[in-house]
Formats: sequence, C-alpha cells, structure tokens
Amino acid sequence: MVICHSFGIWILTFELLEGTPNAVCPREITMGKTRDTGLLQDEPLIFEQGGEGRRGYSLPQWDIEEVEVNRLLPSHFLRKELEGFPQLSEMDVVRHFTRLSQWNYGVDNGFYPLGSCTMKYNPKINEEVARMKGFAHIHPYQPESLVQGILKLMVELGGFLSEITGMDQTTLQPAAGAHGELTGMMMIRAALQARGEKRKRVLVPDTAHGTNCSTSTVASYQVVEIKSNERGIIPPRKVEELMDEEVAGIMVTNPNTLGFFEEHLAEIAEIVHRKGGFVYCDGANLNALMGIVKLGDLGVDMVHLNLHKTFSTPHGGGGPGSGPLAVKSELAPFLPVPVIEKEGGTYRFNFDRPKSIGRIKAFYGNFGVALKAYAYIFSMGAEGLKRASEMAVLNANYLMKGLKGSFDLPYDRPCMHECVFTDRHQEKHHVSTLDIAKRLIDYGFHPPTIYFPLVVKGALMMEPTETESKEGLDRFIETMTAIAKEAEENSDLLRQAPTKVKVRRLDEVRAARKPKLRWIPNK
Amino acid sequence: MEDYLRYIPHTEEDVQKMLKAIGVKSIEDLFGNIPKGHRLSKPLGLPGPLSEPDLIRHVQSLESPILTSFIGGGAYHHFIPAVVSHLASRSEFYTAYTPYQPEISQGTLQAIFEYQTLMCQLTGMEVSNASMYDGASSLAEAVLMAHRITGRKKILVSEAIHPEYRKVIQTYIDPEEQEVVLIPYLKKEGRTNEKALAQFLDQDVSAVIIQSPNFFGVIEDLKNIGEGIHKAGGLMIICFSEAIAYGILKPPGEMGVDIVAGEGQSLGIPLSFGGPYLGLFTTNEKFIRNMPGRLVGETVDLEGKRGFVLTLATREQHIRREKATSNICTNEGLCALMATVYLSCLGKKGLRELALMNLSKAEYAKKVASRIKGCRLTFSSPTFNEFVMEIEGDPEKVLERLRREGIVGGLPLARFYPELNRHLLVTVTEMNARQEIDRWAKELEKALK
Repeated sequence: MVICHSFGIWILTFELLEGTPNAVCPREITMGKTRDTGLLQDEPLIFEQGGEGRRGYSLPQWDIEEVEVNRLLPSHFLRKELEGFPQLSEMDVVRHFTRLSQWNYGVDNGFYPLGSCTMKYNPKINEEVARMKGFAHIHPYQPESLVQGILKLMVELGGFLSEITGMDQTTLQPAAGAHGELTGMMMIRAALQARGEKRKRVLVPDTAHGTNCSTSTVASYQVVEIKSNERGIIPPRKVEELMDEEVAGIMVTNPNTLGFFEEHLAEIAEIVHRKGGFVYCDGANLNALMGIVKLGDLGVDMVHLNLHKTFSTPHGGGGPGSGPLAVKSELAPFLPVPVIEKEGGTYRFNFDRPKSIGRIKAFYGNFGVALKAYAYIFSMGAEGLKRASEMAVLNANYLMKGLKGSFDLPYDRPCMHECVFTDRHQEKHHVSTLDIAKRLIDYGFHPPTIYFPLVVKGALMMEPTETESKEGLDRFIETMTAIAKEAEENSDLLRQAPTKVKVRRLDEVRAARKPKLRWIPNK
Repeated sequence: MEDYLRYIPHTEEDVQKMLKAIGVKSIEDLFGNIPKGHRLSKPLGLPGPLSEPDLIRHVQSLESPILTSFIGGGAYHHFIPAVVSHLASRSEFYTAYTPYQPEISQGTLQAIFEYQTLMCQLTGMEVSNASMYDGASSLAEAVLMAHRITGRKKILVSEAIHPEYRKVIQTYIDPEEQEVVLIPYLKKEGRTNEKALAQFLDQDVSAVIIQSPNFFGVIEDLKNIGEGIHKAGGLMIICFSEAIAYGILKPPGEMGVDIVAGEGQSLGIPLSFGGPYLGLFTTNEKFIRNMPGRLVGETVDLEGKRGFVLTLATREQHIRREKATSNICTNEGLCALMATVYLSCLGKKGLRELALMNLSKAEYAKKVASRIKGCRLTFSSPTFNEFVMEIEGDPEKVLERLRREGIVGGLPLARFYPELNRHLLVTVTEMNARQEIDRWAKELEKALK
C-alpha cells in the first residue's frame, strides 16, 4: 500500500494492482482527512512537504572556480547543513503560497472597515512604479550624482507632505507610524535639552493609540492620561490643570479615535506652548482632513503620517509601512540625519547637522513605500485629495446613520472619518462585540476594529474610507442590521461564528500559555 | 481633469442620496465641527491630478541609471527569483492588514510561522519574532532588550559593526541609562580585538555586540567570545547585514549567543534605495517575554484543527500601552513573506550553493585585485563576499573614472573610518559575472596608472 500525499485536498490511499506493478489507482478516500473544502484547501507547513534533492532555484553559471571552502575557512566557522530547510520544486512553492493567500482577506477581497487603519484601495499603478528598475534596483550607497532623480523625488514628496499638514520640513525616514512617533519624541527631548531643560512627563488622552503611550516610555517619558469629556474630545481645562514645566508636551490624534475633530486643539496648543511644551500630533487619521484643515495652523509642532493609511500604500499584512514626520522650522535642526538639500542645481545628503537626534534607520526610510505615496499624490492632485477626505467623512456619517437604529452609539453626533458603536443593545442576548465581529466574517466582510478605543466598552470602530461605494456600504448596513436581528432571535449563530472559514475560533489562551512559535525538525 | 475619480466611486446622485439619508444639506455641513477660522480657504499647492500614462511618463524621468556595481556595505544586489515578486503580488497578502482576525488571516499567519521557523534555523536560535524595520533598528531593539534583562549600563560595541547600525543604537538609547563603549578592530586582521574586549568586560556590561561577517566583510571568530561575556553576566548579541553568508557559516546559536539581530534584505528583497528592508530578530526561549515585536504561535480551533494566531500580545503596545516591551506596531510583514518564499525556493541546497558562489566570486576578485599595481588587500582575515582594499590614489577620483566606464567600483570608507581614507569596500555577489570582474580590474588598473 502506498500513501500518496498530494498537497491540498486529498490524502489518498493507493494500492498496487497485481500484475501491473507501475500502475496505481485510488482505492479509498481516507475519511476524516479528506474534506470538501472547495478552494479553502488544506495545506501543510512548507517544512512538511517536498523531498530530498528537489530544487526550486537556478543560479547564474559558475564562471569562476569554486573555492575549497574547507581550505579557506577554519572548520569551526562552518555549519554542517541548513537543517530543516525545505526542498521543493518551483511549482510546489507557488501552490503553497497561492493556497495560503486564499485563506487571507485583503482590501481587494472586500469591504475592510477597520477603524483607525484607513483600509482604502491600493492603486495598482503604484505597485508598478515601485517595481521600476531605476528605483527598485538602486543601491542606497549609489553615488549622489547617479541618483539625482530619486533625491528630487524625495525632496518633492517631503514638500507635498509639509504642504498638506501645514508644516515646514518633512523627513521620510521613519519606517512606520510608531517609528515616526519615536523620532518625534526624541526630537522633543533633544529640543528641550538644547534649551537646557529636562522634562519628565508627556500628556496623552485616554482615546490615544497604544503606540503613543509606549513611544513615550521608550523615549523615557512618563505618561499622564487626560480624560476626554462627554463629547469625546479633550477639554482644554484638563490640559491647563496638568500642564507645567515638567511636561515635555502632549500627544494628540486629530481627528481622534472616536472619529471626532479635536475642536479645542488650537487653544490646547496655546496652553502647552505657554509652558514651553510641544504639541505632537498622531496623523493616523489624516484621511479626514486633507485640503480641509492644516494641522500646522492649529498650533501642532510635529505630525507623523502613515503613508500606508492616508496615502494608499498597502499594509502588506503588517507592513512595510512608512511614517514620515513633518515638523515646524523650530524643530527642524533636530531632524534625523541625513537631510536632503538642494545646492545650485544639485541634490545632496547633508549629514553635518550638529543638533540632529542622529540616525534612526540604516538608510533613508522605506523609499519603496514613499514612491507609491508620491505616485498617489500625483494621481489625486489637490482637488482629488480634498475630494477623498470629503467622501471619507460622507461615508462614515452614512454608515453611522445607517447603523444607529440597530447598535448603540455612545457619542451620538456627526463624526469625521470613522464612527464607534458598542455591543450594549446585544449584551442582553449574551452577544458580545467579538461575536458580532466573527459573524460578519460569515457574511464575507472584514470586521471593524474591536474593543478600541478603550474609553468605549465593547467598541466597534468603523472606518469605511472614501473608496467604498454607496452600494458597498448599503450591503454592509443591511448585513449588520441582519446580525442585530440574529442576536435577538438566534444568538447562537453569533456565538458559534465564524463557520464558513478555513479555521473556526482559535484557542488564543492555549497559544499564549504554551507558546509554540516555530516548527521543529525531526531529529 | 478629474482623473482622480478612478479611485473614488461616488456619483453626484450617490452623494445627494447619502446627504439626504444623513440629514444634512451639503458636504460642507459635515465639517461643521471644525472651527471656521481654521478651515482652508484655498486649494493645497500640489501637482496633478495625472492620468496613469502621464504619471508613468513623469516618474520615468526620475529613474536612476543602472550600472555594473561593486557596492554592498549593508545592502546587496542578489538575484530575486520571479516567483518571489509574483507571490508577494497576490493582493490577498499585500492588501491585508496585520492579522488581528485570525480566522481570515491564516495565510499571513502561517507564512509568518514558517518565516519564524526559517529564521530560527538560519541563526540557530530558539525563537524569532515576526520582523522589525531593518537590521539597524532590530539591533537597537536588541540593545534595549538586553538592558531590560540585565539592568546594566554599558554596551560594548565592536568598531567593525556597520557604522550606521552603531549610530542607530546611539539614537535609540537614553544616554542617562546606557552608554556605548567601542571595542577597536585589529588593524591587520580587520576583526574585533578580542583582548581589548576582555579588558572591557566587567559587572556593568549589559551586552557585547559583534557583527559577522563584519562591515569589512571579515568573518569574526566567535568561538571563544561568549564564555567571557556570560561569565561577566552580560549578553552576547550577534548582528549581520549579509544573511546569505549563513548558507555556509556556523549559526550564531551554536556559539552561545543570546540575541541575533540581522538584516534580511538579501533574502529576496529589492535594494529600493535603502528600504523597505527586513529586520531579523531571534533569541532564546528564556527571553520570550522580553522580546520586542509580534509573534505568531500555533494553536487549535474549536474543532481541534491546527491554526495560527498572534500571541503573547501582553508584551505589546496595543495591550500594555506604556508598559510594552517596544512601541513597534506595523513591522515588515510582506518583506518577511518575500524572504519565506525566497528561502523556500532556494531551500537547503540552493542557499548553500549561493553562499559558496558569493564567496568564490569575491575570492576571485581579491585575486585579480591583488595583482594590480597600486592596489593592496587591507586585511588578512577570511572574508565572505566583500573585502577592503587600499589604493594608491584618491578613491573619489578613481571611482569617478570607473563610473565613466559604467562601473560603480566600490564604496569609499573615509566617510565611516577616517583612518581608512584610501580604502574601498568592494562587494561581489552572484550578480557579478567573471567578465564584469575582469573589466572592473582592468579599469581600476588603468585608473591607478
């Protein structure tokens, strides 16, 4: 009997037919292992496949002599083998990752209303631009004279982002939003030091992203929380109370994570400035403001942007992102090195910046991502970006209105780019936010952000973005309304959800209690 | 004129219907909460909008020429199999967010689990995170982690690690809490001075950082270093910028290393003028809860079926806020996927053969370079795919002459090491055909005459 292991759906048992030694035919289907899963095929780990000697690569020809490695390097420099590494044909690899991809849900699959993540459409032309040889194959240490176009592009993009935010100078170096935050907080520390001051605390509202708090800690500041008011925004009076000469500044997100514009930001900035502090803005939610308001006009001293949110570059299943930091001229001397400058007709890197916080990354930021944002800004123009913000806000308000009858809306007033509901109405049927989210999956939607912001118990935070059509929103509203009804009439459907997926709900407690973070080769 | 509308689906009729449903008269009304005085009164000063063909024409004008290249120094020109970009272009992968909803993210999660396994196997360590921004920031996070574990102040850093990595560490640490002490390199051998290192080891040392292959391409002898560090109660951190070397080199994990932080760009990720790259981070099980970054773990679903989830999130910013081990959120997920596809294709045999080819090509280049008058190999220690050489002449002028022949001949080191002011770091990979190496040598010889 031969077990024929064909990766995917079938694990079949074969038997050699008597008298025909080379022919095989399926005898039975091993029940329990074979499942009619359609395109959601089972797929083992890459390490559980393949065979000794199978290859999926080709190398350039050996046009020089191969060195005798054992003669060149002492034996204790050398490894025995690449234990556990796969041995697969090219098609094995292609099928494996194609199958994995089919278990994933992206913006291209459907509506992805993940709040504060701005899951807008990722234009395909941008991907092609980033793959152009004259960008993708260029070494970061290529002499400046050969990369004038690239440097020009970076300077231009920095300028566009400064214009959009109302700032004076922008560095493209931070690799992600949190990296931009860290860069900004380090610059504030440096700016205070240059004044001979050392401050201890940073004010962060209770609606803030978790990164704001952890960034402050990494930058050696203690976090002081500001309670937002009944309208979901920061009351200036609270800032006044907490602000003193020991406070380095405030980190605000505008619009905030409840989807509200921080109406008193200008006044708050004035309070913070009066005591010598700085105003840091988390620009994760800039998608509501392009061409509407410049954050710089509200007294913001620095703001990071998430190119992978507002400027349409893809999230990649968790990066790479890009988190440029735009600052006012007062803070510009502290920007990380290098800064790109134009002298005469020539662009060059300037490393000679005595006040700079230094380097934050080996090279100059996630250029490949920045390129896509550059292409996006050119595709949209000023008019298009403004239209994007307007439609993003229109979509969020439409969604809010459409769901208000079925779900609890803790802050019932017009929102900006996102809106936050709760599971309060469903609680009495023993249905939670998690259940609602999982049931959405059965209907083919990606759930909203759940249990965030922390100020709202059982939060469902929804950001539709401007690229979603009215029909798409209508379908979502219809589905959510149906789910609310299910919660009343057949709540088990929610608690059991999702069922139409590759895997059902997963045991996260077990994963954390006995971490299994890798496959281990058989010895 | 309204080319941007290809990304915004709303018709005028849609807008009117939606406004009506919301109960407002105009778009303007939706922005009523923004104080009037702060509203922009004129359009942003931006170019565009451009159509696709016009955009392509515009960006083409900014592309750089591609020359025959002998530069590396932390970013390497390797061949990327077509499979890598094809699979990474599956938009189910690249248009997804961080896998917070595991039931519809098993593709990303299983791929990262496989990535974590490959990184452990490559470096000989027990656990890997799901990636960091790049090699430099990964190393800086390793330094912060060592400080969390030991509570000690001093970081001994080999002068032969990538100079940019050194600078990033300097930026990340709080000078009141930690200080960097440089360990010199041996001027003849080009590797870290072990004796000097031993002298610096004391009860204040949090960690020792050595890169192998180091910035000069030299393979460090790590066999006897770990014991002394551990005796002094410090941690041993190994970093690297050329991951391909570990196709043949002994994995750091077999030498008692505590943390490995490396750059994974060589594993199927394009040069892209410096990013996005891939920060590798591996360590041992006992340090799991001090690790920065995301982790994917195996578990089972309700029906007992294998599945994967993000786990140990209690270390992370979205749960722990100000008490998190790091502030990292978005990492380099797609780059990790690319590395996983790349290594799956190359596999056990391919990565080794590729490493041997790099080593052999660089040895060939060393041989031809050492025959050139006015050109001398600087260090005697064994190297991987790059090496330092001194030339009799101004490096900038010599390189300029090569450039006119379409060759980027090496990286001048004066910017990083003032004492190496007539020196070039030369990198040779599988992408440099013998013919190219010969032409490089010929042009170099001419330029040095």
